[in-house]
Amino acid sequence: MQTQTATATQSGNPAAIGLSADAEAMVLTLTVAGQLCGVPVLGVRDVLGPQAITRIPLAPPEVAGSLNLRGRIVTAIDLRRRLSLPARGAEAKAMSVVVEHQGELYSLLADQVGDVLTLNAAERAANPPTLEPSWKEVSLGVHRLGEQLLIVLDVERLMQFG
Amino acid sequence: MDDLLADFLTETNEGLQNLDGALLSLERSPNDQAVLGEVFRTIHTIKGTCGFLGLPRLERVAHAGENVLGRWREGSLPVTPSGISLILSAVDRIKEIVAGLEASGSEPSGDDTALIAELDAVFNGEEPPAAAPPIEVVVSPPAPEPMPVAEAAPAPAAPPPAPVPAAPVPPAPAAEAAAPETAGGNAPQTIRVAVEVLEDLMVLVSELVLTRNQLLQLARNEANSPFAVPLQRLSQITSDLQDGVMKTRMQPIGSAWQKLPRLVRDLGQELGKKIALDMIGAETELDRQVMELIKDPLTHMVRNSADHGLETPAERRAAGKPETGRITLNAYHQGGHIVMEIADDGRGLAVGRIKEKVLRQGLATEAELAAMSEQDIQRFIFRAGFSTAAAVTSVSGRGVGMDVVKTNLERIGGVVELRSREGRGTTFTIKIPLTLAIAAALIVESGGERFAIPQNGVLELVRVGDGDGPKVETIKNSTVLRLRDRLLPLVPLARLLALESRPMDDGAPSFVVVTQVGSQVFGIVVDRVFDTEEIVVKPVAPILRDVTMFSGNTILGDGSVIMILDPNGIARATGLGAEGSDNPAQASQARGTGRADTTALLLFRAGDGAPKCVPLGLIARLEDLPADRIEQAGENLVVQYRGSLMPLVPIAGFAALPPPDSRQALLVFGDGAHSMGLMVDEILDVMEAPLVIDRAGARPGFLGSAVIAGRVTEVLDSAFWLRQGGMDWFAGKAAEAAKPRVLLVEDSAFFRNLVVPGLSAAGYDIMGVSNGRDALRLRDAGEAFDIIVSDINMPEMDGFQLVRAIRDGGPWQSLPVIALSAQAEPADVARGRDAGFTDYVAKFDREALSASISQALALNGIVAPLDMPV
Repeated sequence: MQTQTATATQSGNPAAIGLSADAEAMVLTLTVAGQLCGVPVLGVRDVLGPQAITRIPLAPPEVAGSLNLRGRIVTAIDLRRRLSLPARGAEAKAMSVVVEHQGELYSLLADQVGDVLTLNAAERAANPPTLEPSWKEVSLGVHRLGEQLLIVLDVERLMQFG
Repeated sequence: MDDLLADFLTETNEGLQNLDGALLSLERSPNDQAVLGEVFRTIHTIKGTCGFLGLPRLERVAHAGENVLGRWREGSLPVTPSGISLILSAVDRIKEIVAGLEASGSEPSGDDTALIAELDAVFNGEEPPAAAPPIEVVVSPPAPEPMPVAEAAPAPAAPPPAPVPAAPVPPAPAAEAAAPETAGGNAPQTIRVAVEVLEDLMVLVSELVLTRNQLLQLARNEANSPFAVPLQRLSQITSDLQDGVMKTRMQPIGSAWQKLPRLVRDLGQELGKKIALDMIGAETELDRQVMELIKDPLTHMVRNSADHGLETPAERRAAGKPETGRITLNAYHQGGHIVMEIADDGRGLAVGRIKEKVLRQGLATEAELAAMSEQDIQRFIFRAGFSTAAAVTSVSGRGVGMDVVKTNLERIGGVVELRSREGRGTTFTIKIPLTLAIAAALIVESGGERFAIPQNGVLELVRVGDGDGPKVETIKNSTVLRLRDRLLPLVPLARLLALESRPMDDGAPSFVVVTQVGSQVFGIVVDRVFDTEEIVVKPVAPILRDVTMFSGNTILGDGSVIMILDPNGIARATGLGAEGSDNPAQASQARGTGRADTTALLLFRAGDGAPKCVPLGLIARLEDLPADRIEQAGENLVVQYRGSLMPLVPIAGFAALPPPDSRQALLVFGDGAHSMGLMVDEILDVMEAPLVIDRAGARPGFLGSAVIAGRVTEVLDSAFWLRQGGMDWFAGKAAEAAKPRVLLVEDSAFFRNLVVPGLSAAGYDIMGVSNGRDALRLRDAGEAFDIIVSDINMPEMDGFQLVRAIRDGGPWQSLPVIALSAQAEPADVARGRDAGFTDYVAKFDREALSASISQALALNGIVAPLDMPV
């Protein structure tokens, strides 16, 4: 049930008002190259600190490698690469936000992971026309949080590459 | 038969147990077609199987019951409670007979005529007069007894609308009572468990193994850990558990063979052949997952053997074999593998036909074929789209065949080998891992990353690059390893996976993991080798499916994720697995260096001076014998070799026994009784290079010199040494006075190198040119020959043009000219004769060439020397 609701949220289906309207509207915030983003919290399985990641030769560049999450192998996707942003500095450690996609676990590598926020769906604005195409492709919409803009990421679309 | 019967009993008991419930619910709702269908199927299956197993009594009862059910099902007869009672009593009778079967292994005696008569009466539309009483009479003694005991249970369940409530109830308890009986007889031996349950167990055990490995790794890092002892125990139990669960998945291979006798029988009838099928080792067990995967390839191979392998009775009689062809299946365990042989005593693979087809399809050049062993040529049948069947029959020969078999087997880490002798039969040997779930793997490092290589395909590990030991050499851009007497193509893993690679010659040692995929052996170059570990293969994420280099990934004992390399994928990616390729162009490119303008040369050192070489195709084998096997016989050295005495010729010029305890390298020429060993100091290398002989350096025993790999190398005159080796079979001396002169016109340098020494050893004075125009230049220069042997397909001027030019006039006008070609079909021969050729000989048929030359010379009054050797 939970998975279904989460998936529905990710694909932006407004009809899917699940068990809790609150949970529906909650996002886990994370930062990628200074940009504040949000991932629907119902789709998040785990948040991990810096992990040992095994590189996978010949894999698409977006794939940072794979890591061991309590005995399950999780494929790590580097959000910076995915969004065509400059690479993270060598000493900077990435955080893992583990999401499920088509029955498989994937880890989204972000610079920092923040709080869980409840967003008011009514405040969601469409993508501003000035948004970079690489962001626009994976954005469900933007929210204004004080001075900052928060981009809600569409996990399904994030996985479509290569 | 016993197995079949046991299976039948298990199945029937299950069916019967469900039947009671189904019949009762049918009584409640007589129009439920689904339930009716189920009941009908159950009885029908029992009837069908009985007929197969030869259980007439059971069959008759089931048949009569099925008739009634059949009419119910098609709606031509209403379902009545009395009818149901009758069926229930028939079911009871079936149970009774089954119980007897279980107890004694054969049908108990008894009279069912009354019951059958009643069933038939219902079938014919007569309503049984009063349901209950006759049934009571008919129902066999064991049924009524438990009746009162079980009465309470089913009665409330029986719905009120039944018009004759008494009738259905009594037989039902009887049935219930019968069930525990049968269960009691059957349960202790086997139970049926859903496959998914076993699969889930296996997954859990796999996880447990991984966790155990992880714990062991942690404990290893800690001296005197208090966990060490319990961990040891846990480890042991985990291993036992793993074995135990593995066993639940094991099935005798015989169950994959069950359908084959029937298949073979039908094929025999269809093809008009007499075929006997022997099955040995049917009890050999293997993982059911593996079994499912080999069923189809296996069926295909047996079908192939029956269709192509075995001859018709008439052909077999003519060949002096018993009329009945024999297909033998033999399975046995070997290490962690199961080996299965599919052998027939039929006609074997026709190497000649394969060669023709290979040439026609452009899969290899003549030169390449000439350099291949018979077995290599036979392996062409594993190429995609390659079928040697002359006719496409309904059974096989559609060109999809052995390649699919091979691919399917390789997919599960299996290999297929082939042994065939023309006229004697073919044996396929399949070697497959017992299980796919847990595998031993070698952990290696390359470009700073670790990888697992499944140990199944690993033949050996070789340390290279630190001075002594085998050397890595570079030919053009590819590296090879000379390992013992063969050259191994190397695949640097770092380069293949686009990792930062360090140069091969930086002084640090590298390791070569010698791997076999099918018949292809190659080396994977890695930086370091760690230990082996048991791994559980997990599929890679869908995003990574396109990366064919990996067969999966796993978690190591230290908790890190590691990619599992797929040797098949590596072979394919580097073009080594050309056998599976369906693209001839790609395949021939992969074979690369074997083009016609280069020749495979064996480089060796003997005596003083420059290294020496000889075309590899001329050498039967390379040997490295201990010195004490070499004996002195008179002035000559000999060695007992393959059951006969082989003369040895020292290339250094004098026959001295090598020092004891040393080893002597030999180049063996010829075959069987006609062989000769050339003693050399050291075999250096095998390489592909253009052979351009400079006659300047010619001296007895050497044709001249050539530049091979940048060094001046003397080219061995094999004919000279052959003469040194065995006068008796060359007998060239008598002919020396008047050696017939032969002109060989042949564009393939390799083939010239093959034929020239052969013919000159046979006592001919032979000269080779590379095309028709050069030949005519010799004529115009006044050269005289006794016979001309010419290839057909040549650049500049082909064989047909040449022979027409010769016949047009000039000094060679009446010379015999023999055509030499890959195609020797009757039509080609006719065309050749029209053009003016004296005879037409297939290229690979050396005896025919020799015979043809002597015959043509004899017609012209020239005595040919003795048969050509080589």
